[in-house]
Amino acid sequence: MKHLLSISDLERSSIEAILDGAEHMASVLGREIPKVPALRGKTVANLFYEDSTRTRLSFETAAKRLSADTMTFTVTSSSVKKGESLLDTVKTIEAMGIDALVVRHSAAGAPHRIAGWVDASVVNAGDGRHEHPTQALLDAFTLRRHRGPSLDGARIAVVGDVRNSRVARSGIECWTRLGAQVLVVGPPTLMPENLDGWPVTVHSNLDDVLGEIDVAYILRVQQERLGPAILPSLREYYTRYGLTAQRAEQMKPDALVMHPGPMIRGPEIATEVADGPRSLIREQVSNGIAVRMAVLWELIGSGGIL
Amino acid sequence: MAESPAGESRAYYDNHDSDYERRAVVFSADDLRRAQVRIAHEIVERNHGATDVVLVGLHDRGPEIAHRLAGAIASFEGVQVPVGTLDVAFYRDDIGIRSVRPLGPTEVPVDVTGKIVVLIDDVLFTGRTIRAGLDALTELGRPQAIQLAVLIDRGHRELPIRADFVGKNLPTKISEDVRVRLRETDGSEDTIELWGPK
Repeated sequence: MKHLLSISDLERSSIEAILDGAEHMASVLGREIPKVPALRGKTVANLFYEDSTRTRLSFETAAKRLSADTMTFTVTSSSVKKGESLLDTVKTIEAMGIDALVVRHSAAGAPHRIAGWVDASVVNAGDGRHEHPTQALLDAFTLRRHRGPSLDGARIAVVGDVRNSRVARSGIECWTRLGAQVLVVGPPTLMPENLDGWPVTVHSNLDDVLGEIDVAYILRVQQERLGPAILPSLREYYTRYGLTAQRAEQMKPDALVMHPGPMIRGPEIATEVADGPRSLIREQVSNGIAVRMAVLWELIGSGGIL
Repeated sequence: MAESPAGESRAYYDNHDSDYERRAVVFSADDLRRAQVRIAHEIVERNHGATDVVLVGLHDRGPEIAHRLAGAIASFEGVQVPVGTLDVAFYRDDIGIRSVRPLGPTEVPVDVTGKIVVLIDDVLFTGRTIRAGLDALTELGRPQAIQLAVLIDRGHRELPIRADFVGKNLPTKISEDVRVRLRETDGSEDTIELWGPK
């Protein structure tokens, strides 16, 4: 595997191989010295054209745990503001000698374009409303650790702004490939225009499905991508779709709660739910490092098994 | 793990089976059992008992051999020595040169600091797996001593590494392959065979 651009490029067996690799990485992270020399001498560059704290830190930590050198290029502190094109920026970074380029960009498809320009491996760390494959993989890894070896038959409700969510898009592709059933839940204005071919069922009432799901996956309302015509009242939205403590009680006793972060405590997810026994939110963050280690290893370390 | 010039263990065997033929049976199941019992005795003799000894098997097949040696030591010495497993993939020096993958978990149940650790592998060849194993092990602690036990030493060392306990010294050509099959890992009767190109 040369690049990780999209979950749709991956077979179930490749996804499972990455998740198995992440188990090895998680065991490295559990040691007294949580670091191995696997990628010594390799350089991983983070190229972030969009705000991100957790994803950037997670990739940076993953690279360092594998002994790779890292450099980070963020748009706010860069020559992009001086008018440099994406192509020139990428070529400049490549000229410094890199093995992998982790890209976040607000334009869908930007990582795919970049992959065509460079010899280095490219990892999509989120492109616009399109895909965020490592988030989908880390969520699958987190769920697999709680449910045994597969997601077969798991009913996962993705709640909220599915239309604008790259997390939802990658997640649905990934989890259904692993055997899960996905329900998308939210107001019609936040559902994708065209759901043809999506392996999901669509629901507009969260309370109707709470009792039958195994996982509530709460999405952040991305106010930066929404206009007033689409979501006239945030308060009304939260009244219908916020995961309150009362709603959490309607879920099956062993049902789980996930959120890709950053979460808005209170209206979006009640504090007692986010910090409660059902919540995997903190585990998602720590598992993110193991999964990104597995991805980097697969792309620039293993010598191409997948 | 059994090394070969071009690739790793089982996948390598399978890919080349049509071009390779068996040249000799090095160990039958009985030969292997006797060699294991002797190595177990030698480990205890060398270390004046087994109280500080920890056996650590290198994936793959090393862990199974380690368990067999521990069973033998328990039967004649009455001491249950701890057994651990070590995966060396992330410590190899040929990452990026050929395909490398983790073969199993690294699990050492005791603190190795101050202990006598016996690394255990099936075949000693270039020594590069052992070199990686030494690095992996020293990240877990500072053993009092590290020793090496192997079933077959086939020569062709590329590093200054030697085994302390050897089942059999087997002169080989570099193009040949030492194929180890164990009940636990390969589902067949224990055998060690020498294969070479037709």
